[in-house]
Amino acid sequence: MEKKLVSFIVAGDPNIEATLRFMRALSRYSDIIELGIPFSDPMADGETIQKANVRALKGGMRISKVFDIIREFRRYSNTPVVVMTYYNPVFNMGVENFVRRLKEAGGNGLIVVDLPVEEAGDYLSICRRYNIGTVFLAAPNTPEERLRKIDRACSLFLYLVSLYGTTGVREDISNLAINFLKRAKRICKNPIYVGFGISRKEHARRFIEAGADGVVVGSAYVKIIERYGDSEETVRKLEEKCKELKEGVLEGSKNTFLRR
Amino acid sequence: MRFGEYGGQYVPEVLKPPLKELEKAYKEYRDDPEFREELDYYLKNYAGRETPLYFAKNLTEKIGGAKIYLKREDLLLGGAHKINNSIGQALLAKKMGKTRLIAETGAGEHGLSTAMAGALFKMKTRIYMGTVDMERQKLNVYKMKLHGAEVYPVDSGSKTLKDAINEALRDWVETFEYTHYLIGSVVGPHPYPTMVRDFQSVIGREAKRQILEIEGRLPDCIVACVGGGSNAIGIFHEFIDYREVRLIGVEAAGEGLDTDRHAATLLRGRKGILHGMYSYFLQDEDGQIKTTHSISAGLDYPGVGPEHAYLKDIGRVEYVGVTDKEALNAFLELSRVEGIIPALESSHALAYAMKIAKEMDREEIIIVNLSGRGDKDLHTVMKYVEF
Ligand SMILES: Cc1ncc(COP(=O)(O)O)c(C=O)c1O
Repeated sequence: MEKKLVSFIVAGDPNIEATLRFMRALSRYSDIIELGIPFSDPMADGETIQKANVRALKGGMRISKVFDIIREFRRYSNTPVVVMTYYNPVFNMGVENFVRRLKEAGGNGLIVVDLPVEEAGDYLSICRRYNIGTVFLAAPNTPEERLRKIDRACSLFLYLVSLYGTTGVREDISNLAINFLKRAKRICKNPIYVGFGISRKEHARRFIEAGADGVVVGSAYVKIIERYGDSEETVRKLEEKCKELKEGVLEGSKNTFLRR
Repeated sequence: MRFGEYGGQYVPEVLKPPLKELEKAYKEYRDDPEFREELDYYLKNYAGRETPLYFAKNLTEKIGGAKIYLKREDLLLGGAHKINNSIGQALLAKKMGKTRLIAETGAGEHGLSTAMAGALFKMKTRIYMGTVDMERQKLNVYKMKLHGAEVYPVDSGSKTLKDAINEALRDWVETFEYTHYLIGSVVGPHPYPTMVRDFQSVIGREAKRQILEIEGRLPDCIVACVGGGSNAIGIFHEFIDYREVRLIGVEAAGEGLDTDRHAATLLRGRKGILHGMYSYFLQDEDGQIKTTHSISAGLDYPGVGPEHAYLKDIGRVEYVGVTDKEALNAFLELSRVEGIIPALESSHALAYAMKIAKEMDREEIIIVNLSGRGDKDLHTVMKYVEF
């Protein structure tokens, strides 16, 4: 199966029109766009994405506008869109209402960072009913039995957190991550995408070589948005970064193929 | 694991195993006689338990209604009830083999008591504190540093307690292998709300024994302030089954419940999920958590412990609001007539007790949980009152 690149940005950072331009740029080399819903208290995020949340909320971003963005994006792109959010905005809108509106807008999947499988009973059946793909996260300290449970709850892919920490760019990738990936590959039925800390071609290549089915990149893009704001420069740099990462993914998959 | 529908464990996946480890350790040590003995030893000889139940005679006479008793948590080491929980959790963390403590703090009282526990048990300690709170609680920041703790300024969001919790959680996600996150109130994911309640319920056990000794009967009413809710649950817990005892939790009404500047979560909030728990939160139409306001940093939090959400729903506890102004008046009144300077947090409870005492009989009894002393608040009060 083809290896995937998932590219994350925060919806409304710094405004809706810019987000649409950024999504368009990223969709040239990405297989999936992951759109973050800005939240007042993003406790699983590092500084880079926290600041993006603040920019988006200051720019007047509202939850309902996330659906507008996806609807607009759908007019010219088929690239799947997965929404990443904290649970409170979803709960507040009503899970069913949220999922239905996401589906109607053309969304494909949902990740709720702070909703563990134990608390996700109703959520899962609603997502299934509306044919919205589910993604749950697993971490290097997730025990085997639990990993199986998480795997069963996923329908799109399993999101493997590569480290102990929050989102954010890291210099290197750890053995912890590689070993965990290998363990997860043995156990899980879903495709496994690795995320957190990936920012370079080299990182992407190595995770794919180690067996990942995809990589998720966020802070590396968000840093560009932070630096260059709503500008053509940002669009160009996002595209460049995305292309670089995609090359890493492709090289990695070629190498795995050759090795077999 | 739940209080009615409230509570739960809404956390990123990385935190599930450390929470499980904590739950297991807590279950194991909770009823361990040796652990209990050690905890009691430190509570008595280090922190200064038991605390008196003091009949506030002057205040009672001045108001001319029900008898007002004060549960003197303000006399504990550090000047607040927070030490009951900090020693309990630090001791547990030690047993679990953790070498580092982290905590969030608003008023600085929990940070301070955790810094003390860190010094006592020789553990590295870092306290997360919003920069707004660092400004209004300067003295406590200095004290924490005296005890060797690092005070980490949090400059995100509203720069108060909720943001300090976010930052502490981010730390814990990275460091859980050797770090215990010592949460300071009955909030957060399971098992914290239960564990913190258990460590604080010593307040109610003592108060019950004391009032039976002094008055030969249970009180008619108990009043406590509610930030996250730990001092309130601490004194209520022992009395929950005595339906005849009226329990009143006082939230911070700030500049008024009909303004946007208050922290009255149970009175004005809605159900939601934050900081690992399903409870009530002050939030906007989109589910974004609101910035709160209270004159007292310790009540300046947009959430509340899940057990309080449950106790409100079943009607066992009444929740009311007291404004900044009313709290300040109570602060001044107690200082003047009894020679006791209460914490601004506790002044909220006191203000409400003074209000209802007037309408009660002279034979009736109110216990106010005087959760802390006000030295830390002088900096704030000086801005309002000049001599
Ligand atoms: C003296 C005092 N009382 C009350 C509180 C509020 O916390 P809780 O509601 O958990 O008792 C604080 C918190 O900092 C405090 O310092």
